[in-house]
Amino acid sequence: MRAARALLLRELALALRSGGGAGLGLAFFLIVLLIAPLGIGPELGLLSRVAPGLIWIAALLACLLSLDRLFQADLEDGSLDVLALSPLPMEAVVALKALAHWLTTGLPLVVAAPVLALTLALPGPAYLPMVIGLLIGTPALSFIGAVGAALTVGIRRGGLLLSLLVLPLYIPTLIFGAQAAIRAGRGLDPATPLLLTGAITLFTLALAPFAAAAALRINLR
Amino acid sequence: MPELGKYAFAVLSSYAVTLIGIAVLIAITLWRARKVRRDLARAETMMRRRHE
Amino acid sequence: MSLWELANPTLFMRLSGRMLPVLWVLAAATLATGLIWGFFGTPEEARQGASVKILFIHVPAAMMAINIYAMMFVTSLVWLIRRHHVSALAARAAAPVGATMTVLALLTGAFWGQPIWGAPWDWDPRLTSFFILFLFYLGYIALWAAIEDPDKAADLTSVLALVGSVFALLSRYAVNFWNQGLHQDATLSLDSRTNIDNAFWVPLLICIAGYFLLFLALLLVRTRTEIRARRLRALMLSGVH
Repeated sequence: MRAARALLLRELALALRSGGGAGLGLAFFLIVLLIAPLGIGPELGLLSRVAPGLIWIAALLACLLSLDRLFQADLEDGSLDVLALSPLPMEAVVALKALAHWLTTGLPLVVAAPVLALTLALPGPAYLPMVIGLLIGTPALSFIGAVGAALTVGIRRGGLLLSLLVLPLYIPTLIFGAQAAIRAGRGLDPATPLLLTGAITLFTLALAPFAAAAALRINLR
Repeated sequence: MPELGKYAFAVLSSYAVTLIGIAVLIAITLWRARKVRRDLARAETMMRRRHE
Repeated sequence: MSLWELANPTLFMRLSGRMLPVLWVLAAATLATGLIWGFFGTPEEARQGASVKILFIHVPAAMMAINIYAMMFVTSLVWLIRRHHVSALAARAAAPVGATMTVLALLTGAFWGQPIWGAPWDWDPRLTSFFILFLFYLGYIALWAAIEDPDKAADLTSVLALVGSVFALLSRYAVNFWNQGLHQDATLSLDSRTNIDNAFWVPLLICIAGYFLLFLALLLVRTRTEIRARRLRALMLSGVH
């Protein structure tokens, strides 16, 4: 337990210190949601209809952006070998690193999303389902991303490949998460898509650490 | 030639695309098979000569 | 003889070498019979007219696209559990064939959709799922290509194939939730009332058999090539030292 806490604190400290890149995901999220209306046009009626989808796509891309460093820095400086020898099982290491990634990348997006939704004229009833959807959906993005990052950790310039591998895996989360906000905006009940978003996340939390740990062990061989 | 009527374009393009796709797939497969087989044969004779 | 003995590369090379000529002839004959029958020998359908002839190339391609991915799932699992090289290499050899079949299913569907639905593409669950399936094939092929060490590549791509299979299935249901589509339901089932007419059924079955035999022939050739490429690589590496 102490080892787990130490690892989590280390990850957070590394992300939050200068050059750690914790704020970059949030900045990227802001930029995507700024340039989207510039591309689509300023008509608020149209923007309010596409707002849930835009916010979710921006969240997906922002999560993706910081994934390639998730294990790579640790592989390069050898700390991954040390972590592999630590009392923590590799699955726990992966889960903690993905959790730290979510705390520094996913969680800020959840906080920023309602503010940015104002600029996109998101329909009033859609706010709460969108925030809840992001809150329970973004952990899946970090954990699925950890699998992709573990698969591509040994590849130089693996960033593009990582996107190709991870984005298709994000599809179920994207669909259910965005549908919750879209349905609520139309006055429908968002409970079903929200429950399904949560189901995908729970499923991913259970499965992804094992797949990512297997991939890391293969890469450390 | 069967009477295809207004669907002539759709049917003929579909068959053309399929035949071309399958032909390219077979061609690439056989071409790479031959190349690898030749390279392997060459490497094996080289090895044998070195060991003699 | 048990199936596992085929995992011995030497035995696999010997047997597949003997099977291949027969397989090529069978595949060519079946495919030619099915396609010629389908194209020249079938009547027009009541609602879709002559466009129904696309059925004989659309349905087999779509079936192969899905079944090849399922095969890759199984062979990846076999590689991870039993470490048979032929299994891993067969998955690698199958992927480009599966990707081609996915593209062919999408393209023939587009040509069919244009006159029948009035649009070549619709964000229908089935079409969208095939698009997603194609991305899974692409990612799998790209990961193989990116990793130098062949055993590591086999391991990592197998993990990706397993994870990808699960998420491909999830996406299928998610996409169903996202949109109800134009695409008709499956026309091939054992329940004969919902089935298509015999005049289309028989040539379609022959075409499906033809596509399957063609895939088998391509798979054997490609797997043999992968085995030889591995041996070549090993020779080259031993030659350097």
